Amino acid sequence: MTAVAEAAAPPPPGAALAPAPSCGALFLGFLGLGLIGFGGVLPMARRMLVEERRWLSAESFTELLGLCQFLPGGNVINLSVAVGMEFRGAAGAASALLGLVLGPTAVVIGLGVVYDRFRDDPTLQHMFAGLAAAAAGLLVATALKMLAPLRRNGRALLVVAATLIAIAVARWPLLPSLMVLAPASILLCGRRGR
Amino acid sequence: MGTLAALAIIFAQLSLLAFGGGNTILPEMQRQVVEVHRWMSAQEFGALFALAQAAPGPNMMVVPLVGWHVAGLPGLLVSALAKFGPCSVLTGVVVGLWRRFKDRPWRRVVQAGLVPLTVGLVSASAVLISGATGRTAGLLGVTAGVAALSLLTRLHPLWLLAAGAVAGLAGAGG
Repeated sequence: MTAVAEAAAPPPPGAALAPAPSCGALFLGFLGLGLIGFGGVLPMARRMLVEERRWLSAESFTELLGLCQFLPGGNVINLSVAVGMEFRGAAGAASALLGLVLGPTAVVIGLGVVYDRFRDDPTLQHMFAGLAAAAAGLLVATALKMLAPLRRNGRALLVVAATLIAIAVARWPLLPSLMVLAPASILLCGRRGR
Repeated sequence: MGTLAALAIIFAQLSLLAFGGGNTILPEMQRQVVEVHRWMSAQEFGALFALAQAAPGPNMMVVPLVGWHVAGLPGLLVSALAKFGPCSVLTGVVVGLWRRFKDRPWRRVVQAGLVPLTVGLVSASAVLISGATGRTAGLLGVTAGVAALSLLTRLHPLWLLAAGAVAGLAGAGG
């Protein structure tokens, strides 16, 4: 994330933040973010919020992101709510969230219409089968990238393996699985004394 | 129970269980949509997931797409509201309380402790989605090849998705 962020011209140190955005500005800012962010919106979100529009300082961005990662829900979805809330309360949160999801929703539904219309066409079927296999490959790569930092941590690998077996092999429902696995994960792997 | 009520319950539950981001809830979404309610096959779910990955924006755009596929526009609105509403309300409420507990040691312990669980859930998603989409050796090869290219190169994901579509056209699916 930092590599991407540093590629853009950073604001000079101590540059003043922009004035608090209106609901309309929040909507438009996140609308743009939703439409440009392919394959992960987070680096783009930092660039927009901290460097381009200067709504947040680098410190408050990191702090809000920490909160969003701690809570359930997509990180960037939560971030839009948190940023909107900071500036304009519930109305700001709703504006930012709506802006973020409106564009991508329209695009996926457009793609879905095309898929439904041509799903019986053998050429399209072959193309979609290949597309789906490629999307699965991206997910495999994401999982392996997340796994790499844990590879020397036996306890963490134990939790990963237990989760994988419960969810992918035994196909247990998520809620009861989490009620067992989350406390186990925290007890085994929560870092103390920092 | 009506389809819309079922969609609302499923996605509201997933909204509050999605610790560690969207990909962690894919297995449960697939289980509910494919196995419990039988709204579509695992292959169709994999195709919808792929469509959502080919679109811009946050990576949970498969949610409105599933809602739309199952119950049209009302399904889209219900599932999007159920998925994005509860976690957003929670975030909105907690933003105000955040400054009080962000420096407490237990927050760091819990956050670090949940990392392996998140990794396990994303790995489970990868296994299940690959299993659903890899119906032939050729398609499994596409999955493995895209995973390797994504790990070893800095190619943009859209190029890799396009390459997969071309490989499918060229007969990887048999």
